[in-house]
Amino acid sequence: MARRELMPGQKRVSAGGVVADTVTVLWFIFALFPIVWMFLLSLKNNVQQTSTYFGFTPTWTNYLTVLGSKGEQLTSVDFKSAVLTSVLACAGATAVSLVVGIPAAYAAGRWKFRGAESLMFNMLSFRFAPELMVIVPLFVIYHYLHLFDTTVGLIWVLQLVTMPLVVWILRSYFQDLAPELEQAALLDGYTRIRAFFSVALPLVRPGIAAAALLAFIFAWNNYIFPLILTDSNATTVTVAVTKFLGGGGQAYYNLTAAAALLGVLPPLVLALCIQRYLVRGLSFGAVKS
Amino acid sequence: MTLADETAPTREATEPAEPPRVPAWRRGARPYLLSIPALAVVVGILYPFLSGAYYSLLDYSAGNTHVKLVWFRNFADVLSDGGLWRSVGVTVEYALIATAVETVLGVGVALLLNRSTLIGRIFEKVLILPLMIAPVIAATMWKLMFDANFGILNHVLGLGHTFNWLSKDHALYSAILVDVWVYTPFVAVLVLAGIRSLPAEPFEASDVDGASWWYMFRRLMLPMIYPYILVAVIFRLMDCLKIFDIIYALTAGGPGTVTTTLQINAFEDSITHFNYSRGSTYMFLLWVLVFIAARFLVGVLTKAQKRAAGTEG
Repeated sequence: MARRELMPGQKRVSAGGVVADTVTVLWFIFALFPIVWMFLLSLKNNVQQTSTYFGFTPTWTNYLTVLGSKGEQLTSVDFKSAVLTSVLACAGATAVSLVVGIPAAYAAGRWKFRGAESLMFNMLSFRFAPELMVIVPLFVIYHYLHLFDTTVGLIWVLQLVTMPLVVWILRSYFQDLAPELEQAALLDGYTRIRAFFSVALPLVRPGIAAAALLAFIFAWNNYIFPLILTDSNATTVTVAVTKFLGGGGQAYYNLTAAAALLGVLPPLVLALCIQRYLVRGLSFGAVKS
Repeated sequence: MTLADETAPTREATEPAEPPRVPAWRRGARPYLLSIPALAVVVGILYPFLSGAYYSLLDYSAGNTHVKLVWFRNFADVLSDGGLWRSVGVTVEYALIATAVETVLGVGVALLLNRSTLIGRIFEKVLILPLMIAPVIAATMWKLMFDANFGILNHVLGLGHTFNWLSKDHALYSAILVDVWVYTPFVAVLVLAGIRSLPAEPFEASDVDGASWWYMFRRLMLPMIYPYILVAVIFRLMDCLKIFDIIYALTAGGPGTVTTTLQINAFEDSITHFNYSRGSTYMFLLWVLVFIAARFLVGVLTKAQKRAAGTEG
């Protein structure tokens, strides 16, 4: 996409430009400082962890401790298996919400049918519903169905978070697709289903990528569902990270920092890989241009 | 324009013409058939949701073996209890301040990054990063930085060991600061997408006319990106009203009750004290609050979108 500059007056006033650059840099110090500081903290040993100085001998042992059995002893949470659970549950939830969400998004994007708008509003209202309202009944249901503290149970509940997101983002992509393309395929003798799979679906692939990744990240970042609906077997990264700060005994600052960075890494790497689509997906989900 | 979109062309017109071998009733049923899987999921959430509403009418708590219907006694108890109004106050204060600050800063950051200077282009890539960090992890990180003795903030800001970020007077604002750190990029991304979608001509024309930057921003850009800002406000306000993870990780509602928002309060009732009915009553009242706010804001948004569509055309 070609960049155009709106409001070119900014460029002429050089004094204004300097001020704007300064403010931009200040903002990014604010935005990045916590991450940089966490990284430094994660490299400190137990003695240095309480010092606020930047000069120290870096060590990688905290990461090994967090991932190893020693971290498990300290927090009674196996961080490695929490990472695995998170990956499985988030990938599962994303897959389910794509399978369920793509047809609905296509229906809502292509046809204006009775109830379409209220269906969409209701989907959005799930995003806005307080989680605890459904968690307590789910807690009871999960115990009854033996889904408590299982990855399958997590997939089901995280899918409630990701599905509306997928439908909302993809609906806009399907709306933007010229219906003539499928029309042409139909005239060539394709069936409706084949036209969808061979014409419409490949064209919204960037949208699917954006929706899937945003869904994965939202599921990964969720805290309240795994906090209440899982225990030690299927605990996720977000819950595991907070354990290092310790409820009772000693707080492990350096270990917390290392765990936090490990917990942030997967979505961060994913985001950096497809950033262009991500921004489009994020803004498309909410507003359609 | 996805929220209650009334200006879009009707979708019937876009449905591809088909050979007559497909009967009309099947064509009419198609969107419904496609929505069935999603609807099944909707029912899957509706059941626990309605159960939750029903719990608020019971006297359901751990240790109570004879759960019975008490109708609106929980509501009467909760409404006459000062705890509810205190947490409504905390919730509304948190939501309004956080949303206002994030909106203003988000628009500012979007404007800064819209420039095609090198700095603007580099930082645009970094903008989205805090958004990828789970709020609960962000809150945990900030908790380490807030620490009065070992935290980096007091050291860097030269406050010594005296300033306590999580004390009674400051805890709510510290939580808001974390929220601002996590979610301002979200507002900025939405607004930046809005700015990018604007036509260049009006700006070029008024630039030729020698209009000032401020004049162009206030008279041209702001009215045109208003719907985008409104969408960001809706998302932020709704999410802030039901804030849980940032506050839970940072202060767990304390010290005392200064950061006890409605959802934290419900968590304490349901999960800590096993009084499921009382917790559900809190959640039902929060849901009503969120629903009213959503309806009102979506109404404002629909109006704004119509106006924006009118001025653009």
